[in-house]
Amino acid sequence: MTRRARMPDMARRDREPLFRVDPAALPPLSPEPQAPPRPVSPARVASGAEGYDLDGTRVLALPNPTSPEEEDALVRAFLSGLEKLFSRENNWTFLQPLLLSMEHCAHCQTCSEACHVFESSGRAEIYRPTYRSEVFRRLYFEYVKGGGLISAWQHGTVELNWPLVARLAELAYRCNLCRRCAQTCPIGVDNGLIAHEIRKLFSQELGIAPKELHAAGSMLQLKSGSSTGMIPAAVKDNVQFIDEEMTEKTGLAAETPWDVEGADILLIHNAGEVLAWPENPGAFGVILNAAGVSWTMSSDIAGYDSVNYGLWYDDAQLARVALLHAEIARKLNVKKIVIGECGHAHKSLLVVADRLLTGDLRVPRESALTVLRDIVVSGRLRLDPGRNDFPVTLHDPCNMVRLMGVVEPQREILRRVCPQFREMHPHGVDNYCCGGGSGFAIMSGHGFEDWRSDVAGRKKLQQILDAFSDCLSTSIPKYVCAPCSNCKGQIRDLLAHHGAWKQHRILYGGLAELIVNAMADVRPGFIEWEWR
Amino acid sequence: MTVLVYTAIALGSLVFVIASAARAVLYARSPMHLRWELYPVPHEHPDRVSHGGSYFEQSEWWKQPRERRFRGELAVMVPEVLFLKALREHNPKLWRRSFPFHGGLYLLAGAGAGLLVLAAVSRLAGTAWLDGAAGHVARWTVAGVGAAGLALAVSGALALLHRRMQDPALRAFTTAGDIFNLLFFVMALGTLGAGYAARPPGSADALGIAIGILSWDASVQVPRVLAAGLVATAALAAYIPLTHMSHFIGKYFTYHAIRWDDAPFGDSRKMSVALAASLAQRPTWAAEHMKADGHSTWADVVTTNPTDEAGR
Repeated sequence: MTRRARMPDMARRDREPLFRVDPAALPPLSPEPQAPPRPVSPARVASGAEGYDLDGTRVLALPNPTSPEEEDALVRAFLSGLEKLFSRENNWTFLQPLLLSMEHCAHCQTCSEACHVFESSGRAEIYRPTYRSEVFRRLYFEYVKGGGLISAWQHGTVELNWPLVARLAELAYRCNLCRRCAQTCPIGVDNGLIAHEIRKLFSQELGIAPKELHAAGSMLQLKSGSSTGMIPAAVKDNVQFIDEEMTEKTGLAAETPWDVEGADILLIHNAGEVLAWPENPGAFGVILNAAGVSWTMSSDIAGYDSVNYGLWYDDAQLARVALLHAEIARKLNVKKIVIGECGHAHKSLLVVADRLLTGDLRVPRESALTVLRDIVVSGRLRLDPGRNDFPVTLHDPCNMVRLMGVVEPQREILRRVCPQFREMHPHGVDNYCCGGGSGFAIMSGHGFEDWRSDVAGRKKLQQILDAFSDCLSTSIPKYVCAPCSNCKGQIRDLLAHHGAWKQHRILYGGLAELIVNAMADVRPGFIEWEWR
Repeated sequence: MTVLVYTAIALGSLVFVIASAARAVLYARSPMHLRWELYPVPHEHPDRVSHGGSYFEQSEWWKQPRERRFRGELAVMVPEVLFLKALREHNPKLWRRSFPFHGGLYLLAGAGAGLLVLAAVSRLAGTAWLDGAAGHVARWTVAGVGAAGLALAVSGALALLHRRMQDPALRAFTTAGDIFNLLFFVMALGTLGAGYAARPPGSADALGIAIGILSWDASVQVPRVLAAGLVATAALAAYIPLTHMSHFIGKYFTYHAIRWDDAPFGDSRKMSVALAASLAQRPTWAAEHMKADGHSTWADVVTTNPTDEAGR
């Protein structure tokens, strides 16, 4: 492990990382994976893209200034963005929360103990929630509030140069924005929000954001309809294929209705499900059709992809995608939008964008979990819980649970269809992030995948292992229910990285699949115990 | 000297009130922000508060009557304000130092308010009642609360200072200002306590000084050390709202206006007006995809598709 980083280290001009993950120094897992810990890949820096290293991995393609003048120009652009972040005309969206978090931190470090990244890294200083915030806070007091000697004495200072700006940009992407830290802050300071706002500064002023979130994320969605790149014709083809598969697999006729005007429900999935886990949208179709629900999917641009990556890094992109979703529902004249199993899509359209939608764009929006709960509880489906007689635990997606308060509907379902359901600890609003939150689950390259499995997801893996501690034998198949697409992707990578499928036969999947697996009218064996 | 002490106390109190109010007004006048709540939200229905649930757990939640139970908020706010409940739960080591400090300040504030009431009553009804049983009880209660407050606040501040210097995690984030702030408490309140305890026989007591302030009676004799303690404490009161120690104001907003602000837009006219005003703002963000040229409003920006050829 590199030496304990201090705040001034952010401005260091050498190329050594401030911290490098040493797998041997990470908190041990219990039981230990049989395979020795894989060394975390060193950053494979593309030629000509050398940068000031933060921790040996990177998610941003930062500019590579070659002269002091170019560096100064970038620092000036950063300062320009910093100023805008604290102005009403540029950041009315989060000005009040940001000001409060900037001005009232007592530096008590209570938040640090709540952070899974900090704890799982072996308590690396740079991942302490307050480290990033404090660097940013010092810049705020110096450059936005006017600075001066008294301010420096009261709030401290930090040298501002391009290395610091570059490392700060990266460091904003070492926080899952799960806001578990904010939950414990006695004053209500929100370090997750500060990381979010730093991301916005870089995106909205300097055009710097991870390509998976921006160029291949929200921009692709606005252009072609989905961050997966699927155009409307492709998604309809894929879903038709899923319908055929479902019909064959379940023995029930599965047909997805498209663009039905006046339907009760416009169902919007995370389009990643269609490609990576087709059994999830397939299961939704089976359930809704069997329950006699009036529903439709939309083949309009963005109408078939609920993702809204702007939530994590850019307010304009957030609003643009949310407006598209609402506009499609308005055009179809549906009674409500229902968001499938995708946590951030829930939070973006039901919560954060709530104060962006006006007039007839205010189409009612609901979680799929309550819709599924109502169907299961209503008795409209014949259910045989005995078909799910294997250990099941539930991951609480932060966006749905801590940040939205949807806690019980998924549990009501699991208690009815899974006789061996057991909770993780802690759970509900006190849960730990899977480590894939805020876009991490879709980011890779330069060793980042290893970082999020070894560090960001470590706490979640331990929670999963603990939940199944009484049945870790490979003779007992086990299921981690993750009703969120990004969490599911992260848990897949986490289980694979640590060999949990091979070693303990722990599988993962969504909630709808467990319901269909328990449907007495469906051919047995909907859940296939194969790694995917 | 007596007038100097009175002036310092009056000015300190005035600055405290005005600066605190100004800070509160600054936050209150911030534009309506996008929702950013954090669960549990205590004004929810008790059936949901127990597990941290929200109205989103109801099917077709927009058709259900929305409950907002002030009692639920009180049940969280009172233990939080009085006993620093969150700190006790999440950082008990620090709580053992912070609670005496804050508790001491509460007691001091209570004693100060009590003194003012006694002084005001004495100004209106005369001081004869103070020699009766009720007067004795009132004076000794205020004196006891004040003494306990001083002792707790000073010892708490010293304990916090010690921890800040000893704990590497705290030390790394400690500025000169943080140390000064705690020393300021120790110095001001310590001098006040020492000055009061060591005042010469026959000199004015706390109530005498309070009555003197209300009548601006310059003949009241305030011993030097006590005078220094009073002036320093007045300066401390003026200083607090100018620093991050004004978190007693910020905390109201972080809890009520952010963590617990789950109000849906619905048909709220107030929110509609606020949103219209914000959407009319003209952002100047420079990134290409923002399409913010300083002339376009937020409404223009968010209804522009940056991938459209026409939008380029």
